[in-house]
Amino acid sequence: MTYQFDFGWLIGSLPVLLKGIRITVQLILIGAVFGVALGIACAWVRTLGPKWLKPVVATYVELIRNTPFLIQLFFIFFGLPSLGIRMSELTAANLAMIVNLGAYSCEIIRAGIQATPRGQFEAGASLAMTPFQTFWHVVLVPALQRIWPALSSQIVMVMLGSAVVSQIAAEDLTFAANFIQSRNFRAFETYIVSTLIYLALAILLRQLLAGLGWMLFPRKASR
Amino acid sequence: MTEFSFWDILRNLLLAARWTVVLSLVSFIGGGIVGVALLFLRIGGRRGMRVLSRGYIQLFQGTPLLMQLFLAFFGLGLFGIDVPAWLAACVALILWTAAFLAEIWRGCVESIAKGQWEASASLGMGYLQQMRYVILPQALKVAVPPTVGFSVQVVKGTALTSIIGFVELSKAGSIVTNATFQPFTVYGLVALIYFALCWPLSKSSQRLERKLNVAHRNH
Repeated sequence: MTYQFDFGWLIGSLPVLLKGIRITVQLILIGAVFGVALGIACAWVRTLGPKWLKPVVATYVELIRNTPFLIQLFFIFFGLPSLGIRMSELTAANLAMIVNLGAYSCEIIRAGIQATPRGQFEAGASLAMTPFQTFWHVVLVPALQRIWPALSSQIVMVMLGSAVVSQIAAEDLTFAANFIQSRNFRAFETYIVSTLIYLALAILLRQLLAGLGWMLFPRKASR
Repeated sequence: MTEFSFWDILRNLLLAARWTVVLSLVSFIGGGIVGVALLFLRIGGRRGMRVLSRGYIQLFQGTPLLMQLFLAFFGLGLFGIDVPAWLAACVALILWTAAFLAEIWRGCVESIAKGQWEASASLGMGYLQQMRYVILPQALKVAVPPTVGFSVQVVKGTALTSIIGFVELSKAGSIVTNATFQPFTVYGLVALIYFALCWPLSKSSQRLERKLNVAHRNH
């Protein structure tokens, strides 16, 4: 192999890369917060919610979990405008991430909720808690604590999957890498650098979520 | 200008879906073979090998599949090979699948009680014999549901190869959209075809899990 590696372009391209990183971080932060919120709502419907809503949510979850993220993104960005729903690239990217994470986290959180012993519901009711209070304090928080590691991994997976939003020209880190390599013709080096940045982001996000879990659930896990 | 009927669209998408299926099978089988090798290094093997395979798995699980595809596409080119998209797609998907399968299977092997290792060692079995006759036959039962479940991820992963220019279902969807200007119908159909491929796998994974759980309870 006679190829000469060249990373000289790195300094000049730093602003573009940093902007890409900023957008990727912004996408996953918004996506994670709203995605998990959607997941909690769906998990509530699937376990304790009204009967007529259950098949709707079940269909949503199955549809999302069995189709590629790329196609969901294309459907939202290219398909929905035929129904008159138009949005910017970033909005479409974020919406796709929220919808995607919503379905996956629904299944994860549901598993946590179903692991709640029956007696806890009754205990909550016997303390004169409203159904909402019981759900929030007795069911949801311990459930989240139980499934926090799985949920964290899923959020990291969504962050890594977000690399494809560059395909609808949302200017994330991959978009920045594509832009840079089209200027410097150093495709391999550019993608090596962006891959390493993704790896660092993934490790960082994992640590952040672990810290968050530690803050949110200071009590010992109840079994 | 030619008009495209619904049937034209569906026919073209289904023809392209064959390549999604082929690519999924190649990545899954290839990934399985590489994954077994990784598994052996990860749980047995020398210390250096264990560290190396752990690093490999973390690298592939901690970076986007899209980046791996790009690196395979442009990286293989550095060796002076003219890389067709299908080759880069196969290489990247096999390596990616291997990392995940090795990690799934490691969990299964580690779920086998330690006494089984000790008992087989006390019978004078070597590492490979222990794996072949004692550990793997038991781990296999635990491994089937998550492995089938992961195959769904592989099928969905093949969609990304459209980005480096491999013409499978997703790429065909983009091409057909550009010709027909009916993104809603086309991407809807593409999604449904993926669903038809993945849903039976998801369901059978769940069913297997339930079945094997019952077997566990009877122990």
